[in-house]
Amino acid sequence: MFDFLEGYDVLGAFWTTVQLTLLSAVGSLIWGTVLAGMRVSPVPLMRGFGTAYVNIVRNIPLTVIIVFTSLGLSNIFGVALGAADDFEAKFFRLAVLGLIAYTSTFVCEALRSGINTVPVGQAEAARALGLSFSQVLTLIVLPQAFRTVIGPLANVLIALTKNTTVAAAIGVAEAALLMKEMIENEAQLLLISTIFALGFVVLTLPTGLLLGWLGKRLAVKR
Amino acid sequence: MSSVLYDTPGPRAKRRNLILSVVFAVLLALLLWWVWQTMSDKGQLDGDKWRPFVEGPAWTTYLLPGLGNTLKAAALAMVIALPLGAALGIARMSDHRWVRVPAAVIVEFFRAIPVLMLMIFANQFYSDYSGVDSESRPLYAVVTGLVLYNASVLAEIVRAGILSLPKGQNEAAQAIGLRKTQVMTSILLPQAVTAMLPAIVSQLVVIVKDTALGGAVLNFTELLNARKTLAANFANVVPSFIVVAVVFIVLNFLLTSFASWLEGRLRRSKKSTGAVLHVDDVEDTNVAGELVGAHGTDRGPEAGGGGGTGGVRKTP
Repeated sequence: MFDFLEGYDVLGAFWTTVQLTLLSAVGSLIWGTVLAGMRVSPVPLMRGFGTAYVNIVRNIPLTVIIVFTSLGLSNIFGVALGAADDFEAKFFRLAVLGLIAYTSTFVCEALRSGINTVPVGQAEAARALGLSFSQVLTLIVLPQAFRTVIGPLANVLIALTKNTTVAAAIGVAEAALLMKEMIENEAQLLLISTIFALGFVVLTLPTGLLLGWLGKRLAVKR
Repeated sequence: MSSVLYDTPGPRAKRRNLILSVVFAVLLALLLWWVWQTMSDKGQLDGDKWRPFVEGPAWTTYLLPGLGNTLKAAALAMVIALPLGAALGIARMSDHRWVRVPAAVIVEFFRAIPVLMLMIFANQFYSDYSGVDSESRPLYAVVTGLVLYNASVLAEIVRAGILSLPKGQNEAAQAIGLRKTQVMTSILLPQAVTAMLPAIVSQLVVIVKDTALGGAVLNFTELLNARKTLAANFANVVPSFIVVAVVFIVLNFLLTSFASWLEGRLRRSKKSTGAVLHVDDVEDTNVAGELVGAHGTDRGPEAGGGGGTGGVRKTP
């Protein structure tokens, strides 16, 4: 019954999806935190840049960004991310870059709302001790903000997992691209689609449950 | 909001902020200079690459028809998904287990699957099992994919909207002897629709952005796809990307602004119960079907009026 699976590397495609997700998640967590820091910083220019970046990038469809990394960044600007000859690696890295650029805006917004939930007294007390802005942010406010936004960040991660399929638009061999190829060549439309759909349910459902539980455990009790 | 994080700058802090500003400005300028230089090296700044946008052929022949298809697909998807979503959302709150559980399974299943996969599936499905001609198949596939996904997202919005109403509305309606269907259709739903409007409008932003998927993968001739044909004719890759991005940004910005204007207006209005689903709340909130304010949660009027009531997950 499952002989149509022969010749297709379904697990390999899902492994690419997982790699895309994890690398982009780490990247957008870092860049998103930096953006959030910029948006609350005392330097007006950085605040302006952070706000502009988030509002612009968030409103561009991810597909446009991903396609641009290939046709624009790579073809016109010559950005190869250290893999000029290896096309597979180059497009994989470009997709990660596009996903980071897009997802980080949502991480930034989640974090910023987390910063707003930290009671004013925390930052005031920290300033009264003579801590500088960066110390207030990194030692007092952000650690508490992160603990309250685990739930929203989990949603961003789940959305990111699903968004990695957009990398199919520039030919990265992840799950959606393989699914397209398989249903075009094999006659088992429903069966193949169900397998791929379940693959994503398996990827996203435990993430949501685990991080939801973690978020409840780590939330600052107030 | 943020000023609580740092003291009012004194002379030293002012100097430090100035230095940081200058360093940051120089870095930004370097980046822009590199972009400008590369673009001019590759001829992307030449007048004839930009002229089509000023003189009109780019718009009338390529971009406006593309934008039209984008809006058509988004509007169709929203119009079809709304009643489906409402039905699913209400079914999920049913008193009968055999209605509630299947609705919950459908909603959670379709929210866990990428829209692109739903579109690819729909495209192949129509080609295998229906007589839809190959010309209009991409539109059908895109709309079907969007409907399947967004109906389940809207179901959660509807549910959150109904749960955001003060409990007294339901109790009062039951007290005057209305049946369950009457309570839902003549008391809860009309009020919930007002509470949900901002969230629905901001879901439209997500739909508009997702139509671009069909352009890239299924060859649906929407805005992003029109850009490809345009750039093939005028060799203006970067200018065309910039223009398309700006169109999307303006469109989505208008929708977002409309949503927040609507929200502010509804919150201020005296006629409603004051329950409004906050636009951002629809984005944040809980995980994997474990929603804020589960079935039958006590929700006073102050919880509704205070804003933050939603419990819906929305994709970025």
